[in-house]
Formats: sequence, C-alpha cells, structure tokens
Amino acid sequence: MNKKPVVLLVLDILSLVFLAVAAYLALSFAPMEVNMGNVQKVFYFHVANAWVGMLGFIAAGVAGIAYLRSQDPKWDIVEVAAVEISLVFFLIAIVLGSIWAKPVWNTWWTWEPRLTTAAITEMIYLAYFMLRGGIEDPNRRGRFSAVYTLVGAVSVPITFMAIRLFRTIHPVVIGSQTSQAQGGFNMSPDMKVAFFFSLFTFTVIFVDLFWHRIRLGILASKVEELKLKVME
Amino acid sequence: MNEKTGSMIDVRKLVKRFGMKTILRGLDFQVAQGEFVALLGPNGAGKTTFLRILSTLSRASLGNIRIAGYSLPNQASQVRQKLGVVSHMPLLYGDLTAEENLQFFGRMYNIGNTNQRIGEVLELVGLAHRRRDLVRTFSRGMQQRLAIGRAVLHDPEVMLFDEPHTGLDQDACDMLDKVLRDVAARGRTVVMTSHDLGRVEDLATRYDVLSKGVISASSRKSDLKNGNILTFYKNSLAVHDG
Amino acid sequence: MAEDKNPTTKPGSFLKAVFAITWKDLAAELRSRELLSAMLVFAMLVILIFNFALKLDARTRITATSGILWVTFTFAGTLGLNRSMAIEKDRGCLDGLLLAPVDRSSIYFGKLLSNLAFMFIVEAIVLPLYSLLYNINLFNPGLLLVILLGSIGYIAIGTLLAAMAVQTRTRDVMLPILLFPVVIPVVVAAVEASGGFLQGLAIAEVSYWINLLLVYDVIFIAISFMVFDYVVEE
Repeated sequence: MNKKPVVLLVLDILSLVFLAVAAYLALSFAPMEVNMGNVQKVFYFHVANAWVGMLGFIAAGVAGIAYLRSQDPKWDIVEVAAVEISLVFFLIAIVLGSIWAKPVWNTWWTWEPRLTTAAITEMIYLAYFMLRGGIEDPNRRGRFSAVYTLVGAVSVPITFMAIRLFRTIHPVVIGSQTSQAQGGFNMSPDMKVAFFFSLFTFTVIFVDLFWHRIRLGILASKVEELKLKVME
Repeated sequence: MNEKTGSMIDVRKLVKRFGMKTILRGLDFQVAQGEFVALLGPNGAGKTTFLRILSTLSRASLGNIRIAGYSLPNQASQVRQKLGVVSHMPLLYGDLTAEENLQFFGRMYNIGNTNQRIGEVLELVGLAHRRRDLVRTFSRGMQQRLAIGRAVLHDPEVMLFDEPHTGLDQDACDMLDKVLRDVAARGRTVVMTSHDLGRVEDLATRYDVLSKGVISASSRKSDLKNGNILTFYKNSLAVHDG
Repeated sequence: MAEDKNPTTKPGSFLKAVFAITWKDLAAELRSRELLSAMLVFAMLVILIFNFALKLDARTRITATSGILWVTFTFAGTLGLNRSMAIEKDRGCLDGLLLAPVDRSSIYFGKLLSNLAFMFIVEAIVLPLYSLLYNINLFNPGLLLVILLGSIGYIAIGTLLAAMAVQTRTRDVMLPILLFPVVIPVVVAAVEASGGFLQGLAIAEVSYWINLLLVYDVIFIAISFMVFDYVVEE
C-alpha cells in the first residue's frame, strides 16, 4: 500500500469541493435567522462537527471490541485514528458552540447536557492518550486502550442521561427551557438544505481523514518494523 | 503425560514476539518425567520469557505447548494445578505470617488437609520454627525457601525455577540447594534457569542452552564430553555464533 | 480471550478464591494499617480544607454537605485503590495470583470486595466525624443507601482501572485521570440523591437517581469482570 489509492485522491478532492459548497450554503444561501442574526450560521458546522465526533466515538468503540476479540494490531491503529479524529471534531464543535453562545447568551459556556458530555468525552480521550503514552509493550497498550475505549463508550451515554436529568432538576438561570433559549429555532427549507449538506460534507471529510489517518498508522508501524530489522 | 512422546513438557516451534521484536524463534523443548533440566544462556536470550510462557503467565505468539498432558493456552487452568513456580521474586505477602501465606495459597489451589500440609511443607523447607512470624521479618534466603514451600504446597508434578539463587549468600544458596534436591527427589520434573554453572552442575540431570531464541545445545549430564559444564556452555554459544 | 473452563475446578473453588483474596487483603491491612490510615488522614484533611475554602453558614451547609462528602470519598477512594493494587504489583504478587488454577475474574471480585470494605470503613469513620464537626445528622437510612450504591459503582470500575493504571509508567497519577471522567454519573447521582435525602425529600423524588446508580452498578460490575482478563493476562 505505497501509493495513495485513486479512490482516496478522489475523496480528497471531493472533500474540499463539498466543504466549499457547504460554506457557501451556510453563509450565503441560507437565510439569516430572525432572532440571533448571522452568528446562528455557526450552527450548521457546529452540529456537523459534533455529528462527526459521534461517528468517531462509535468507530472507536467498535474498533476496541474488535481488537479485544482478534488481537489484530490493525484494529488498534483504527481505534487510535477514530479517537484522534473524534477528539479534534468535538473540539471544533465545542469552540463553534462557544462562538455561538457568547453573542446570543452572553456566556462562553453553558452547562448544557450535550456540550458538557462532549467536554467529558474530550477528557476521556485525553486520558486515553495519556494511558497509551505510559505503556511500552504494544500488546499491552492495545489491550488497555481497547478496554478503556469500551469503558468510555459505555459511560458516556450514561453520563449524558445523568446530566440531562440533573439539568431538568436544576434549570440554568441563563434561560428557560423554551426552544429559543436552548438555541432552538424553526428551520426554513433553505436552512434545511444548508444543514443537511453540512452533515453530508463533514461525513465525507470524516471518511477521508479517517482513511488517511489509518494509512498513516499502518505506515508508522511498518517503519517501526524496519527499524527493528536494521537494529538486529 | 503426552501419549505420543511420553514427555511431561512438550514444546514445539514456540514463537514469542513483543510488538515487532521476536524473542523466541521456533523453539523446541521436550522434558521427560523426572528430569531436572538446567536452562542456561546469556542475558536477554529469552530464558525468563520462556519460563513465563511455560508458567502460563504469558502467551505464546505461535507454537504448541503441552504440559502434564494438557495443552496451552486452552487448558491453562488444568496446567496451573500441576505447576509449581518459583521466580526471583518471592511472591509472598510481607504483612502475613508464613502460615497465613500458605493458608492463602492453599485456598487458591483448593487443597485439602491444609494445616497438615502446611506443617509438612514448612518442615521440608526448614522454616517450621518461623511458622507464626511475619514474612517481612524473613531474610531473603528464608523468603525464597518459603516461596518454594508455596510452590510445592499443592504437590505439583512440574516445577519451574527462574534464577532462584539470585540475591542469596553462600549459606542461603546451600540451604536452597538442599531443598531443591529434596523437591526434585520426589520424581518431579524440574526446569531451572540459572547463571551459576557451578550450582547447576550438581543439581541438574540435563543441561540445555537457550541462545538467540532457540535451544542451541542440549546434553545429559552423563553424556557431557570432558565432563565439564563450562566448556560445554562456551562451546554451544560459540557454535551458534559461528 | 478466556480459556475453556477447567472441568475439574469446582464452582466452589471460585468463591473460595474470591474470599481468600478478600480475606488476605483485610488480614494484611489489619496488621499494617497503612492503607486505611492514609485514606482516613486524607479524608479528614479534605474536610478540613473545605471548611476554610467554602465559608458555609448553617443553611448552605446542608446543601453543600452531600457535595463535600462525595468529593472526599472520591479522592480518598483513589488512594485506597492505588495502594491495594500497588501491593500486588510491587512484590510481583500479582503473578502469584495469576498462577492459581482459578478464573481470573476471581481476582477481580476478591479485590472488589476488599476495596469496598476499605471504602466502607473510611466512610463509617468520616460520617460520624462530619456529623460532629458540622452538627448535621447524617444517620439517614436513605443517605446510607446512596453511599452503599455509589461506593459499589465507584469501586467496581475503580478496581478495573486501578489494575490497568498500576501497570503503566505514571501509575499514581494515571488512576484519577482514567477514573474521574467515567465515574461522573455516580458522582452526579450520589450527590443529588444524598442531598435529596438530607433535605428530607420523599424517596419518590430521588428515585431516578437511585435507579441510575443501580443501573450503573450492574453495568460496570458486568463490564469490568468481563474484560478483567485482558487487563491482567499477557
């Protein structure tokens, strides 16, 4: 697998093209929202990035289980790729969320269940990389990472439910529970176009980056192999 | 026992990799019942790795292993019942007495007649007078002897020793050797790794050399040319290097 | 991957091994008392610091109590978990446990029970102490139930993660980093339910939290014991 496959090249180009189109749709094509103004447009990419973060999260969980059952190092590479990508996309989603929140609610952060859960997931990812950093043996590193991925994958949904329950009991002073205060609004058909195209675009970008990252991981392990051969 | 070859330990084409590094490369190793094999070899050759695999503490990457008639890794539990393992760490709990340590392991191995057995074992290793003392007050030599006691508690057929003389002074080593002889005398199959050729010369019935991931030489004590173990060892390494 | 079950190992010996491990931990700790004293001193220091950090008047004290208690238990708990596993790792004793002809999960359950016992002992001392210092009655059956369920969930996943953490280079720091993000549901539920009981709420109002704790406990005991093999075997 030395040369980049044609499909991947096509995917690269498509990703860039779609991203440009999605940006146009979100910024120009979609109408301005009545209450929040232009800053609402952040929403299109914000949700799309969170969506991709979720995809990565699920992919990591699946890869973890696959690794434990097969002990095949390829699954470990897939798992790391998924976690890395999910980490970055959730981060972008969180930042975009902050950008949206500040003008609308005059606060950089809301302890809203989804946002808080995303932040906790980021902490789990950071713990994941610290765990990997502290283990020399590749087999043990793979096993422990997979176990922690599984633990994280199960605990995050439960965390989300707990926080949501928490919020129902402690409504935040920032706003009432109306959809307006939650940042909700009704989407016009044009907005829906921009929204779904964003989701689609970022899914394509996810697949593209995921593929690239897995190739990178495989290459890295080949380099390790060659290094050891030379040293022997 | 393995029906085909009658070996107590039967290892074929054992491969062990750590990530990209291959430590054991298609190692073959058969031990008949009652043999006392001294496993020699330079540092880093893989002796400890090999012993850990035989002890079921580590898994082989490839190969077939049968011990006392059971195969690894599928029948690891049965194998463990037949194995007694002593490594250079005593694997004992310092805050418990000798008796309590043995009681604990007795329960883990589900032996009957625990108190009587504990008494027998403490006699065997010469620690009956320290039965009620905390293990952290024991010298290293005494801890090693108690460790052997722990290892024979469930009357295993196969014993594995990984450098048991490490860190012991002359007297302690002599006492350890006495225990080793007693243990081996009961028809047990023993594999012992060691750096101390002199000690091993007396105890073992067979010498194998593990070098570069395989058994590079094997000789029964009685077959030893020149009768000199040191020459045998050096030759086996030289041959393998060349 | 778990190997086939040994046909000659009776189910009785599994339980025997579990209780042997628990007994061994408790007996050793009774002699040295290192673990318990560390946990207790730490817990009391945390409570002391809170006294100065959060100026609490009589009213806010009640609402803050459940939070303070759970922060205390969470942090003291990691000390106990770390110590308990470190003992096995340091003298290579974990190998001794792995050599025994029993299922690996017996090690998990044995450790789970002894870690729980240590946590309960610390809680049993901290609660009356806190009651005295802040003049709040903490002998509330609802509160005790929450402490029971919360501790079980915390220790269930904590035992698994401690077994991993102790095998890494940065071992002492590793456990809290791994544990805290995944134990948040327990903390949230326990603090809410404890607070509810202390304020005299009816059980129906805190039932969601109790249920969440129960669900968490069951799920994480199950997951931990299923994957424990992968964490201790090579």
